[in-house]
Amino acid sequence: MKKLGTLTVAAICAAAPAMADLVFPSLSYRTGPYAAGGIPFADGYADYFTLLNERDGGIGGVMTRVLECETGYNTEKGVECYESTKGEGSLVYQPLSTGITYQLIPKTAADGIPLHTMGYGRTSAANGEVFNNVFNYPANYWDGASVAINYLLDENGGDISGKKIALVYHNSAYGKEPIRTLEELSAKHGFELSLLAVDHPGQEQKSQWLQIRRERPDYVIMWGWGVMNQVAIQEAANIRFPMENFIGNWWAGSENDVTPVGEAANGYKSLAMHNVGDDFPIFADIQSYVVDKGLAAGNGDQIGTVLYNRGLYAAMLAAEAAKNAQEIHGVADITPAMMRDGMEALVVDEALMENLGMPNFGPAFSVSCENHGGSGQAKVQQWNAATGEWEILTDWISSDRDVIDPLIEEDSMAYAAENGITPSCADS
Amino acid sequence: MLYREAGDFKTSYGADNQTFPIAFDRRAYWVMLLVAAVILPFLVNDYWANAFLVPFLIYAIAALGLNILTGYCGQVSLGTGGFMAVGAYSSYKLMTAFPWMDMITVTILSGVITAAVGALFGLPSLRIKGFYLAVATLAAQFFLVWMFNRVGWFYNYSASGQISAPERTMFGIEVTGPNTEAWAQYLFCLFFVIILAWVARNLTRGTVGRQWMAIRDMDIAAEIIGVNPLKAKLTAFAVSSFFVGISGALFFTVYLGAVEVGEVYGIQKSFLVLFMVIIGGLGSIFGSFAGAAFLVLLPVMLKLVGVDLLGWPTDIVAHLNLVIVGALIVFFLVVEPHGLAQLWRLTKEKLRLWPFPH
Repeated sequence: MKKLGTLTVAAICAAAPAMADLVFPSLSYRTGPYAAGGIPFADGYADYFTLLNERDGGIGGVMTRVLECETGYNTEKGVECYESTKGEGSLVYQPLSTGITYQLIPKTAADGIPLHTMGYGRTSAANGEVFNNVFNYPANYWDGASVAINYLLDENGGDISGKKIALVYHNSAYGKEPIRTLEELSAKHGFELSLLAVDHPGQEQKSQWLQIRRERPDYVIMWGWGVMNQVAIQEAANIRFPMENFIGNWWAGSENDVTPVGEAANGYKSLAMHNVGDDFPIFADIQSYVVDKGLAAGNGDQIGTVLYNRGLYAAMLAAEAAKNAQEIHGVADITPAMMRDGMEALVVDEALMENLGMPNFGPAFSVSCENHGGSGQAKVQQWNAATGEWEILTDWISSDRDVIDPLIEEDSMAYAAENGITPSCADS
Repeated sequence: MLYREAGDFKTSYGADNQTFPIAFDRRAYWVMLLVAAVILPFLVNDYWANAFLVPFLIYAIAALGLNILTGYCGQVSLGTGGFMAVGAYSSYKLMTAFPWMDMITVTILSGVITAAVGALFGLPSLRIKGFYLAVATLAAQFFLVWMFNRVGWFYNYSASGQISAPERTMFGIEVTGPNTEAWAQYLFCLFFVIILAWVARNLTRGTVGRQWMAIRDMDIAAEIIGVNPLKAKLTAFAVSSFFVGISGALFFTVYLGAVEVGEVYGIQKSFLVLFMVIIGGLGSIFGSFAGAAFLVLLPVMLKLVGVDLLGWPTDIVAHLNLVIVGALIVFFLVVEPHGLAQLWRLTKEKLRLWPFPH
C-alpha cells in the first residue's frame, strides 16, 4: 500500500503540466494466462521511450508519453483501451495480440491511425495497397512458417520429402495463421503435415503429445503463446521427443517458456526475429538513464530477456518512424496520419542500427506502399539450459517469397472485396 | 412524501396489476426511457458507447435471458457463452448468405435459431436437476465452442477461423461495421433492450411465468397442481436462449465486429453473465439490469479512478478488479442472496414510510 501511496503522489505531481507530446499507447497485458509474455514486452516498450526522454529529450525535441492500458489479452478490453486512448493523439497501436489486431484493423482504418503488428496479426496486411494503415514489418507468420521449413531444408541437405512434420498450434486466429502456408509448402517440398490444435489457454496438451508419440513425426513446429509454450516443452520432454527437432515460432522462444522445464529443455529451438542478450551498447544507456534513475517499467527485472528486447525493438521501430515523419512533414508534433507516412517510408539499415546502439539487432529492411511486411527474415536460436541463454544458430534466413506472395495477394484481395476497398496507395 | 400509493386510485383490474403501481415509479420510468432514447443519443461518444453503454445493453439482454431460466424457472445454466456463440454465428451465416436481409430480421432469426438449440440442450433438464444439470449445460458450452472452432462451414472457411461482421445499414444508417456512429450502435441495441425487457416482464407475470416459478419452487408440487414440466422447462430454455442468442448476435455484429469463438464466447462469458444475475438479483427484471450495469461499469470505473486519476500501475488495478468481483459475489451470496434488486426493494419499502417510519 505504501508503494501505491507514493505512486499516487508522484502521479498527481507529474500530471500537472499538460504539454504537446508524442503519445505511444501500449495495450499491454500484465495479468492473465499470457502475462508472462506481456510483461517483458511492455517493459521493453516503455523503457525505450523513457530512455529517449531522459537521454535525447524525446523525439525531435518533443517528449514522448507511453499510455499504458491493460487488456489481459482480452478483445473486449482491447477495444475499450483503444477507444479510451485514441482521443489522446495516439500515434500508433501495437496490441501484441492477434485477436485484438483483427478488431482494430477496421477501426484504425476508419479513424486513420496506423497499426503496427510486428510479427503477428493479419499476415496479408503486408499488402499495403489494401491495408493502408496496417504494418507488420519486419516479418509475419507466413514468413515464419517458411523460414522454419527453409531451415529444415538446410539441415537435411535440401530434401525433406517424405518427412513427417507436426504443427502444434494455439487454436485461435493466431495459431491457425501458418496452416495455409505450411500446406502449400508441404505440397511443394513433399513433406507430410499433421495439425494438432491446442485450446486456449493451453494447459491441457496430454492428448496432442500422445498423438505425437504415436505418430513419431520427424519434426514438431509450434505456434504457441503464454502458458501453452511451457506446457508443450514439458510434454515434449516427458515423451522424450528430441528437443533439437522441436522448433517454436518467435512467440514460443523466450526464457519464460524453457526455464520451467529446466535441464530437459536443453536444445529446444525457436525462430528469432531479432538478436538476443544484453550485449548491445544501448543496454549501457538503459542502465544509466533508466534503471539507475529508478524509472524502469514494471519490476525492472526483465532487461535483456528475449521479449524485453522485442518490446525494445518495437519501440525503436516506432520511434524511428516518428523521426521519419517529422523529417517528411517538417513538423515536430506529428499527427497519426503523418506517423503513417513515416512508417511507410521507414528504412532500417545496418548504419542506423549501429547508430542507435543496436548493431545487427534486427534484419535490414525497408518499407514501401506495396510492401508493409519488411524483409521477412528470421534467425533460428537454440536454448542452452546449462548457461541459461539462447544461442543464435544461423544468419538471417529468408522466406520463400514464391509461395508467400501469391497467398498474401489472394487473402488481401479477398479482404478488399469483402470490405469494398479499392487497392491503392494512400496519398501522403 | 413523494413516494407513496396514497391518492393514486385504481379503478380497473388492469390498473391495479400494472408494473409500476406507484405514480412516482411510473413517471421515473417514462423519464428514464425519454432520457435513454431521446437525449442520450445526442450525448454519446465513441468511448462511452464502446466502453459502457453498448456492452451494458447487450449484457442486460443476456442477463434477462439467464434470469428467466435460472431466476424464474430454477434451472442452473452454465451454457450462456455457448448460446451467445450460437446467436453470433447464426447472424454471421445469415448476414453472409442473405446480404439483402435487414439487421432486425437477422437478429431476431438468430434468436429463434438459438431458441431451438437451447430447447434441444434443455431436454436433459427433464431428467436431471441442480448440479447435474449445470454440468450438462457446461457440456453444451464446451461442445458449441468446439464445434464453431472446428467446423469450417460456420466461419465460411476463412483462414484465421474468425468471423467478422460485414457492413449493414438500417434506414440508410450503418449499424454494423467500423464506420458505425456511436449513437446508431446505441439506439439499435436500446431498441432490442426495451422490447425484450417488456416481453420478459409480461411473460414472467403471466401464465407461463407462473408455471416457471411453480417449477422453480417445487417441481413435484407443480406437477400435481397441473403444470406440465416438459412444457414449462422447455419453454424456459427456449425463451431464455432466444434472449441470450439475440445478445450474442448483437455482441458480435454491433459491438465487436470480429469474433474468435473460444476467446469471446468461452466459459468466462457464462460465468460473467451468471455473476450479473447473482449480483443483480435472481428472479428480477430490474436485477438483470442492475447486475449488468454493475459488472460492466465496475472495471471501467476502477480504471478511471485507479489508472487515470491516481496513476496506479495498470496490472494492480486489473487484479483489484478480480478481487473486488470475487469478494462481492461471496458477500452477496452470504448477506443478500436476492442481490441488488432486493436492496432496491428494501429502499423502496423504506421510502414509502419516510419520513414517518412509525
